[in-house]
Amino acid sequence: MTTSARARRERRTGLAFISPWIVGFVVFTAWPILYSGYLSLTDYDVLTDPAFVGLENYERMAADPQVRLALWNTLQYAVVQVPLYVLVSLALALLLHQAGRASGFFRTAFFVPKMTPPVAVGVLLLLLFNGQYGLVNEALAVVGIDGPSWTTDPAWIKPGLALVSLWSVGTAVVILLAALQDVPTELYDAARVDGAGWWRRTRTVTLPMISGALFFVTVVNTIAAFQMFTEAYSAFFGAGTSSYSNDAALFYVIYLFREGFAELHMGYASALAWLLFVVIMLVTAVQLAVSRRLVYYEGEQR
Amino acid sequence: MTAVALGARADRGVARRRQRWLRALVVAALTVLAVVFVYPLVWLLSASFKPRAEIFDNRLLPRTPTLENYLTVWDAAPLGLWLANTLVVTALAATTVTLSSALVAWGFAHYRFRGRGPLFGLVLATMMLPGAVTLIPTYLIWHQLGFVGTTVPLWAGNLFGSAFYIFLLRQFFLRLPREPFEAARLDGASEWTLFWRIAVPLCRPALVLTFLFEAQASWTDLMRPLVYLQDTATFTVPRGLKAVIDQFGPGGESQWEVVVTASVITTVPMILLFFAGQRYFVQGIATTGSKG
Repeated sequence: MTTSARARRERRTGLAFISPWIVGFVVFTAWPILYSGYLSLTDYDVLTDPAFVGLENYERMAADPQVRLALWNTLQYAVVQVPLYVLVSLALALLLHQAGRASGFFRTAFFVPKMTPPVAVGVLLLLLFNGQYGLVNEALAVVGIDGPSWTTDPAWIKPGLALVSLWSVGTAVVILLAALQDVPTELYDAARVDGAGWWRRTRTVTLPMISGALFFVTVVNTIAAFQMFTEAYSAFFGAGTSSYSNDAALFYVIYLFREGFAELHMGYASALAWLLFVVIMLVTAVQLAVSRRLVYYEGEQR
Repeated sequence: MTAVALGARADRGVARRRQRWLRALVVAALTVLAVVFVYPLVWLLSASFKPRAEIFDNRLLPRTPTLENYLTVWDAAPLGLWLANTLVVTALAATTVTLSSALVAWGFAHYRFRGRGPLFGLVLATMMLPGAVTLIPTYLIWHQLGFVGTTVPLWAGNLFGSAFYIFLLRQFFLRLPREPFEAARLDGASEWTLFWRIAVPLCRPALVLTFLFEAQASWTDLMRPLVYLQDTATFTVPRGLKAVIDQFGPGGESQWEVVVTASVITTVPMILLFFAGQRYFVQGIATTGSKG
């Protein structure tokens, strides 16, 4: 067989293997993105054909107080939740890294809660953070703190949600622990010889060496925080006969979901989706730009 | 022995003692934290065996343990049906995504062709795409095909592979040596045989991992069942649990014991799944974070 025939065959076989993804990408990613761009310029309720309305949806969005509320809620939540989540997962990973042989057992303990379906996490939020009888406030009372009404006081709903989100920190902990275990011990020995204490070793060796994993955890979790839905929706929004809702928990995707599937404002919801897309891309781009200065990749030196 | 050597030995002794103290402190802190992490699950399980009046007493063990709640919730909601629905959806979602992602990952890992790099870059880019952006057009596709109201949209998209798993499986396929494949090819084996008879068996742990990850994602999902399912008879357990919350929870009849018990029934299969595949979960996630 000639080389070019062989190359052609290799190309054909390779493309055949990846063809399911190509079809899926076109049908379930590329087309939806384009189509939602078109829909965002229309008025569409699924029952009648989309009617082109130009930029009307975007104008409406700019004037919609609910959009402002949902964006503001989401932003507040992300600003509190992301740093808290990254710091707690880092702290747990650092502790696990020091625990020696016991670390496997504790790692399991931190990971198991992650398996809980987010709907059930919403239920646990309502029960454990109940202002009057909840376990959390009971524990706070032991140390003399009068706990707030986490699930009813608008000022405390987002902090409560951020706190329960820490319960599913398990994945991030496992990722960071793996990164910590990859740091060559010679680096620590060298730092120790130079007389660096624990804090300096952590700051000058550990953190730079795991900065890639930290960045990964931060970006993934930021995107997730901006799309907060299930826990808040389960706990604070009802459908059907017993409809109830809570302005303080109106996150952006919850608003989008209700506009799209409860009100059947598919055009408007598509415009909402595009705004979210742009916001998330901007935030990710900023994080990437910052990371260029802060993240150390081993490969760069090789 | 010189004084210097003696001094060094004493120093080492102090260091070792300090090390031991430090480790004891770390283990103590971890123990407290582990209790904090596991306690909510224990609380939930315990509460499901308490009569309504005692749910909020926050005792570790029920004062008057009862199975009443399980009987009530079984009567109040078609949980058996919901569990069966979820099991079917989960099995289909996990099987299809494992097979399709393995195919695609193998294509990217083993074959060299022009455009491979950019295409794989596109795979990675879709991982960053917020799901909310494609939510509505995807719904409209399934609507056009007449599948809204059925469980098909909850798994059929998995026939085309999923970026995260393609990435993960490619990592594993890349580590395989090329020689056995070249040898088999010389013996006249087809490309499919190379994949199915050599590559797949060698990467079985990674495939199990993919299956487990997707099983968890599929079982716990609420958003898509909310979007696609209307009839109670088609509900998955998380969707059913949401209906139970609506009826018996904050906006409804405040029968928390029913909500608690339904939550336990929704959660327990996932805990079992974790302990069945613990090894895979933890190792798999560790691989995710490392580039390479």
